[in-house]
Amino acid sequence: MTETSILMEVKNVSKAFGEDWEREKVVENLNLDIKRNQLTAIVGPSGCGKSTVVNLLAGFESPDSGQIMMEGEAVSGPSKDRLVVFQETALMPWLTTYQNVTFGPKLRGDMPARSLKEAADRIIDTVGLREFKDKYPLQLSGGMQRRAELARALINQPLVMIMDEPFRGLDAMTRQLMQEFYLRLCEEEARTNVFVTSELEEAIILADSLVVLSNRPTTVREVIQIDLPRPRNLNMLSSPEAYDYKRHAMEMLHEEALKSFSGTESGSDFLKSYAQQP
Amino acid sequence: MAQATPNTEKSKSRIGKFVSNVTFWRGVVAILVFLVLWEIGAQWKGWFGYMMPFVGKVAPPTDVIAIWMEVGQQSGYWLSWWLSSVRVFVGFLAAMIIGIPFGLAMAVNKYFRGIFFPPFEILRPIPPLAWVPASIIFWPTTEMSIMFITFLGAFYTIVINVLGGARSIDVQYLRAAQSMGASQWDLFSKIILPGTLPSIFVGAAVGMGITWEVVLAGEMMSGGGQQGGGGLGFFIWGSYMGGVMDQVIVGMISIGVAGYISSSLIRYLGHVCMPWRRMF
Repeated sequence: MTETSILMEVKNVSKAFGEDWEREKVVENLNLDIKRNQLTAIVGPSGCGKSTVVNLLAGFESPDSGQIMMEGEAVSGPSKDRLVVFQETALMPWLTTYQNVTFGPKLRGDMPARSLKEAADRIIDTVGLREFKDKYPLQLSGGMQRRAELARALINQPLVMIMDEPFRGLDAMTRQLMQEFYLRLCEEEARTNVFVTSELEEAIILADSLVVLSNRPTTVREVIQIDLPRPRNLNMLSSPEAYDYKRHAMEMLHEEALKSFSGTESGSDFLKSYAQQP
Repeated sequence: MAQATPNTEKSKSRIGKFVSNVTFWRGVVAILVFLVLWEIGAQWKGWFGYMMPFVGKVAPPTDVIAIWMEVGQQSGYWLSWWLSSVRVFVGFLAAMIIGIPFGLAMAVNKYFRGIFFPPFEILRPIPPLAWVPASIIFWPTTEMSIMFITFLGAFYTIVINVLGGARSIDVQYLRAAQSMGASQWDLFSKIILPGTLPSIFVGAAVGMGITWEVVLAGEMMSGGGQQGGGGLGFFIWGSYMGGVMDQVIVGMISIGVAGYISSSLIRYLGHVCMPWRRMF
């Protein structure tokens, strides 16, 4: 049995952006527990502030009020313990795959050269990029770039991996392959993971617990425990249990998404026509 | 999982590759066609009795080449090449050495930018030609005054490119590095510096072009030398003053060729220094 105590705790966090006279609340009274060795998936309607939640968790932004605690200490800035894998790719274009993967450990100098090389080779093998280790990011396909990005994050052995829509922008086929690949990776070795996505199915198949965010200003609408058996595969999405999770979450997401349409004339037109659909 | 095979590069000598390149021949043909049109335009009056506007007033390329052959036998002409090249190179080098750190400092520090950007922007539109009188007073030797003019030509362009390049680096690279434990110095040396490199080379190539553009302005004050050895810019100025229009054209083309060679060298250097940008 893997340990699932609480690693990170988000307590009443609020965050607003903009100057005083037009300050817009993006996050309001967010409460969230991130458990050890679990994958916490976060879904929310588009534009609800998911990326802001990621920036807060990572420490790139600090909350206006409330606190984010990690192992009893308040998060006060970015750290290698909370590693972020970004939307699209953030691989350095001027470094080869191998140089990108070894970037973190080399920076900190916390790994002797030989074990770093071994670890890097092993991890590049795991993501299937051995033949491409001396290629530059622009020479890799979209899927390979994401795998290189995963390798670069994994080698740092962060306490928690924060993934901000990591498979966004990939074509449907590659996206599916990446989901399967990531599922295997997570089930082989237990990790603490925060996985932010706008794809509900992706969230359900990967998650141990699914956090549904509300519309902006965002807060937690509901946390759903996903009890699909492990090891999982993408076929399970057509099981009745998965369907129930999906329908339940979808209803909430619809409600939240529609909120951003109300209040404007064109928005209410849209709502009307939307309601007429079967 | 889809696996693309890494593309194998054909082994061929660099020169061989260059000469067999379609782009190379396209350039050669373009220049030849230009020369033929110029020749026809310049000869139009003699052949058809009607003067073509503009091009009819200059000597045809055959005459220019004949003059060039004469001029090429004088050591002064080649001394001019050498002198202008040194002036351009020293001014350019100084502009790089001062401009790159200055641009980077403005990019990374808002206080530094706040203090130095406004005066920089006021000085920037002043044409190097307008600096000539001031330059003569500033510097003890004429040579230094000329180099100061070429320096000014390159400096502003380099600074603007470095500043713009460094400021447009995607914040995700910086955040990714930060979340792997990068210090401020790491961010600068491992992200901002390599990330700005492409802009540095663009600025250098453009700046190099401008130094050749302004070298004439600087050399107007050189007062010439023995056998027209006052630099290519002075060669043009002197020829114009002496009313030798054909020589003016020789000088103009000489500067054009010199500028093209210099910019090509910089582009080649950029190619070598930035391997990640040469896979297409």
